[in-house]
Amino acid sequence: MTADARLYGVLAEFDNVDDLVDAAKQVREAGYTRFDAHTPFPVHGLDDAMGVRPTILPWIVLAAGLVGLSSGFLMQWWMNDVDYSYAISGKPMFGLPGAVPVAYELTILLASFGAFVGMLALNNLPKWFHPLFRVERFSRATSDRFYLVIEGRDPNFGPRTSDWLGGLGCTALEAVPMPDEPEGLPRPLKGLAWVMTSLALLPVAMIANARFSESSTPQIHLVGNMDFQEKYKAQQTSQLFADGRAMRPDSAGTVARGELDISSPQVTGRNADGSYVAGFPVAVDAGLMARGRERFDIYCATCHGLNGKGDSVVSRRALALQEQGKAAWTPPTDLTSQVVLDQPPGQIFETITLGKNNMPSYAQQLRPRDRWAIALYMEALQSAQAAPSEDE
Amino acid sequence: MASPAGAHDLPEAIRPPNLIQGGEDFSSITNTVARVAEYKPPRGWYIAFGVSVSILGMLLVMLGYLFWEGIGIWGNNQPVAWGWPIVNFVFWVGIGHAGTLISAVLFLFRQQWRTSINRFAEAMTIFAVMCAGLFPAIHVGRPWLAYWLFPIPNQMSMWPNFRSPLLWDVFAVSTYATVSALFWFMGMIPDLATLRDRATKKLPRLLYGIFALGWTGSNRAWHRYERAYLLLAALATPLVLSVHSVVSFDFAVAQLPGWHTTIFPPYFVAGAIFSGFAMVITLMVPARQFFGLKNLVTMRHLENMCKVIMATSMMVGYAYAAEFFIAWYSGNQYEGFVFVNRALGNYAWAYWTMVTCNVILPQIFWFKKMRTNLVVMFIIAAFVNVGMWFERFVITVTSSSRDFLPSSWHYFTPTLFDALVFLGSFGLFFTFFLLFCRFLPTVAMAEVKLVLPEAHPGHRHHGEEGE
Repeated sequence: MTADARLYGVLAEFDNVDDLVDAAKQVREAGYTRFDAHTPFPVHGLDDAMGVRPTILPWIVLAAGLVGLSSGFLMQWWMNDVDYSYAISGKPMFGLPGAVPVAYELTILLASFGAFVGMLALNNLPKWFHPLFRVERFSRATSDRFYLVIEGRDPNFGPRTSDWLGGLGCTALEAVPMPDEPEGLPRPLKGLAWVMTSLALLPVAMIANARFSESSTPQIHLVGNMDFQEKYKAQQTSQLFADGRAMRPDSAGTVARGELDISSPQVTGRNADGSYVAGFPVAVDAGLMARGRERFDIYCATCHGLNGKGDSVVSRRALALQEQGKAAWTPPTDLTSQVVLDQPPGQIFETITLGKNNMPSYAQQLRPRDRWAIALYMEALQSAQAAPSEDE
Repeated sequence: MASPAGAHDLPEAIRPPNLIQGGEDFSSITNTVARVAEYKPPRGWYIAFGVSVSILGMLLVMLGYLFWEGIGIWGNNQPVAWGWPIVNFVFWVGIGHAGTLISAVLFLFRQQWRTSINRFAEAMTIFAVMCAGLFPAIHVGRPWLAYWLFPIPNQMSMWPNFRSPLLWDVFAVSTYATVSALFWFMGMIPDLATLRDRATKKLPRLLYGIFALGWTGSNRAWHRYERAYLLLAALATPLVLSVHSVVSFDFAVAQLPGWHTTIFPPYFVAGAIFSGFAMVITLMVPARQFFGLKNLVTMRHLENMCKVIMATSMMVGYAYAAEFFIAWYSGNQYEGFVFVNRALGNYAWAYWTMVTCNVILPQIFWFKKMRTNLVVMFIIAAFVNVGMWFERFVITVTSSSRDFLPSSWHYFTPTLFDALVFLGSFGLFFTFFLLFCRFLPTVAMAEVKLVLPEAHPGHRHHGEEGE
């Protein structure tokens, strides 16, 4: 027995599924391996009759699904946690529950492609030409007739195969010649497919080119309304204001971000070499003194007392509570004491600014000028307290 | 392809009913279905197609104006930033779900009555998802930058925020569109081969031939095909549940009273099936009339769909009631206010339209006479379509128009452009649908043949097949 190279195979036609299944069983039992049935719908029971082994397709789908699942999680972790991490709504950079929906969808997407592409690949599709398409009666294989074909290249195929197959209850029998040259899609169509594919690559190539090259030609504005909106931008002119500028000057006293003066003696109380400022870096006059008194009476006198000696109502009450064992109190510093007298105005200023011991910072409540004013008023208090003893 | 395994062996009394009527056999099924694609359609088709294409053209003009002028032409504004586009998105994506349900879920449950309508319903799914995808894309303000939603490497070195439910939605809906299209196309391959083999003219033969991919009906191919179909159905089933769950996350993950509820995913899925089945009936009743498919799409199919509509109607009714119960039971005054406001506030008219269309009217299907009356089911299905649109309107608009800050409360009013774009989406849908009816196999021939008793070995019949 030798395979017949000139023949694709012999085709038998059946008009019902029972005869087809019986014939398929006999063909298989006769030892043929290269044979197939062609039916308009899947005939159940035919797989067993033909000895078709279960397909590996489910494993392909499983593998594709696992790739989708793992790449879904990896993609989200890498994109939101590693490559471009930014905090939003207090959510973690990567959290498993929040990553589930996208990974879930990608699992299904890739598994579905696995099922579809896997099925086509295992079936050798698409394959637009088949020798059986040359047989006129075969067009009913997709409508209402059933066919069994034993291929010429089957090792068991011999001169008597045709007659033997004809005896298996078929309604028609036909030898199918091997076409001289395989046909596929018509030539013009193939050409068209090539042209279309090439054209489809053009935009991609153009985008890639634009991405990696520099150009001095102005941008093309397709949607003018969005690109040129009715609003002012920086440096434009405006009819609305007398100075003709769309950009408005800052209101007086505006400090730009990062431009705040935090290092000069006026705001630190210290000179550039770290020593305390000895005099007053602001203009000293009666107004400053009056301001200093007013601020002192509001912010300082509550603890230090109106005369600065520390004998305030708050302090007396706290001392009384301490004697009853209900509070612990460090009395406020006597501002007329020698320790304070020896401090230059810069150090007084710094104490008000930063606070000291129990005393908190008053930088929030008092502007620098007011702090200098208080330091000035304290000098007046000190000399007023010291005066009588010297004058006596 | 489901098979009534051994059904022919059963005694007459308990044998499953014949799903296909009128003494159809393999040849006549091929003829009945293929004829629709082979001969000139009835005049009604041309009229319907003309109208649909005109509306589609109107949509394109509207989109052009929208892109030029910006989304200020719509009624959306703070605090109702979502407005009609998102209402329409949820409406369309919900309609799509019945198609997948019929093609995948009923397949897994071996419900063979699905074979006559599944192709139809799958086509509906794909065109509905196209309409659905349109709305978020044009709602982003600068639609030419909509590709930023996808993780495409770019010169800004930025990636999308995967912690946002809106991005989950991008993945869910695009996966859904892709898998539905794969499922639909794969199911059609054998039928396209039938049309290829019957084609007498060169061009149809060529075109059907290209898309049939060289299908020969080989049994070895059928073996893998059936397995692939089963796997796709098994994948599409969790997919369809996840898609509308993720759509509901758009609302439920937000903290707005009326949105922030755990009932949303199942409630949205039930609503989607409900609206989708209504749309199948809306399309199927006229189509079987026009194209002579009455023996394949029988009254039994339509009645089954009416039963599904009634069941899902009561599910959404239960969800409406449960929302009110939880609003009261939670003791949360903001939640309570939102629901009282829904039923009695500014939008009470919309709320009661929704309840009437979705919960009250479908109860008529308790009566078999009504379930089997084409006119009644067509009208009720139309009401359900309206009601389900209003459900999405009520959810989207009532909650956001009464947000946390009473000074920003606002009564949402749509503009003419809102209405025209929504109307235009129907033009898009019906144009594609009519083209599908005209040129593609509207009924899954191979699957329907498989429902016939003589498709199974052991059924000895005596040559009643016509030549």
